[in-house]
Amino acid sequence: MEDVGSVVAFWALAVVTLGAALVTALVRDLVRAVVALVVSFLGVAGLFVLLSADFLGVAQALIYAGAISVLIVFAIVLTPRAARDNAETGMRWPALVLAGALAGLVIAVAVATDWGDGAREGFRETASAIGEALLNRYVLPFEVASVLLLAAMLGAIVLVRED
Amino acid sequence: MSPFLAEWWDLRDLGNLVGAILEWISERGAPDWVTYVLSGIVGIVAVLLWAILSQLAFIWIERRVLGRMQVRLGPNRVGPWGILQPLADALKVLAKEMVTPRNADRVLYWLAPILVVVPAILVLAVFPFSPGMVVADLNVGVLYIVAVTSTATIAVFMAGWSSSNKYSLFGAMRSVAMLISYEVVQVLALLAVPVFTGSMRLGDVVAWQDNYNAWLVFLQPLGLLAFIIASAVEVNRSPSDIAEAESEIVAGYHTEYGGIRWGMFQLAEYVAGFAVAATIVTLWLGGWTLWGLEEWVPGWLIFLAKLYGTFFLFIWMRGTLPRIRIDQLMGFAWKFLLPLMLLNVLLAGLEKVVWTETGASAGLVLPAFAVLNFALTAALIVGWGAIAGGLSPRMRAKRPLLVREVGGIYYQPLP
Repeated sequence: MEDVGSVVAFWALAVVTLGAALVTALVRDLVRAVVALVVSFLGVAGLFVLLSADFLGVAQALIYAGAISVLIVFAIVLTPRAARDNAETGMRWPALVLAGALAGLVIAVAVATDWGDGAREGFRETASAIGEALLNRYVLPFEVASVLLLAAMLGAIVLVRED
Repeated sequence: MSPFLAEWWDLRDLGNLVGAILEWISERGAPDWVTYVLSGIVGIVAVLLWAILSQLAFIWIERRVLGRMQVRLGPNRVGPWGILQPLADALKVLAKEMVTPRNADRVLYWLAPILVVVPAILVLAVFPFSPGMVVADLNVGVLYIVAVTSTATIAVFMAGWSSSNKYSLFGAMRSVAMLISYEVVQVLALLAVPVFTGSMRLGDVVAWQDNYNAWLVFLQPLGLLAFIIASAVEVNRSPSDIAEAESEIVAGYHTEYGGIRWGMFQLAEYVAGFAVAATIVTLWLGGWTLWGLEEWVPGWLIFLAKLYGTFFLFIWMRGTLPRIRIDQLMGFAWKFLLPLMLLNVLLAGLEKVVWTETGASAGLVLPAFAVLNFALTAALIVGWGAIAGGLSPRMRAKRPLLVREVGGIYYQPLP
């Protein structure tokens, strides 16, 4: 992160990500909140790309900005009218405390970790490395995750069955 | 960068001209980042110009061809054969008033037409028009295409939601529902391509097809078929343009838009169509290669010829097929295309394993796979169609749920 371009890009992306996240939390209209959330997701994708994690960046854009946001939209449209605004609820303070604790944890880990800046090489392709890791070393968690997803899907089908 | 002689007049790679200009600038003492930024801007502007000019051309071609297919004339008043019609239309669109509904959510209403164009143009960055002639040859190019195009849906939803019009909202909901269904099919159809080529970089995919002299359409006919269908749904082209079906819901999500805002939606639709055609050409039809012709003809000309040919296919589909009902479209994605695509990925993986494990020569193995895959495609489509068709709920409906809910009259089907 020595060159000017990376630093500028990092700060721009950080501002976009955090600003959009703030808008998500503060704006009253739920659909606007979703749009801001998508911007925030895309900002995180940009940060991944900046860290040479190309696959993660694209996957973030595909899954979060493309798919999860659509799911949230579905949830909003299917909820009754009364629940459609982003008003304050009793969960405000617990949520704030939880978010603060999470942020503190992430920052603590980020500060404590030795990132090995000096030893970093140039850009390397990560897609094949991730694929190898998922199907060799981490094949069990990978399979467990897919079984979990399958169970969730079957559960959803059972829940909405008519007869 | 370029495999060719980098003379600026070498038309086989238009990047040479840009390269020569940038070199001239950097020789005058401009710092590196200036040339870097300039090259990016030139690439983006060139792609944008190409997209808009192609769109203008294809508005005319599409209307004339559709007229021909529907035994009528099509536009023929402005200029010879009506060739200036798109320009007249463009001027009209620019000059028209842009109305905002009173109850609209103004921020989203104003943002949506802009946001819907952005992904359509961004996705054009990864396509290699000829060797080296690419704005950004990402090593995750295949995924990038899906990721970027999928973000357009949220803009479409914004447009439909913010218009505060029930037909707009219907269109938006349909578009969102279709995306969820056909995104899966599209990704699975694309997935089989990197299985064969071993790389998601579009340049490598083209190089692989050139190297083995085998366009992937011969190895992946089923994948291409499913991708064409899923893409026609994703870019809202008839016969699956139910998000803006004018016979049912006025104009769907852009009912309330007029003037240049409506023009932006049209632009996005066309550019997304070009992007889909470019994806098909690059991944399945050999990109800028044409069995040695690329030695003599600039690669980008071959690429564009294939691209326009593929786009013509979409016009043809629009002129031929009737619009599909939304429940049919949904059922088709989940019950027909999805299982076939899962099988297709499995098949591609098996073939790749057979190829690498036996170490057979490509000349022997690839034709065998091609014949096998074409036979399997035909068998699967016919067989699965028979099975899934027999299971469709329409065939065994016991009680007409929706009709009764809305108080309609239901006629018992004849036994």
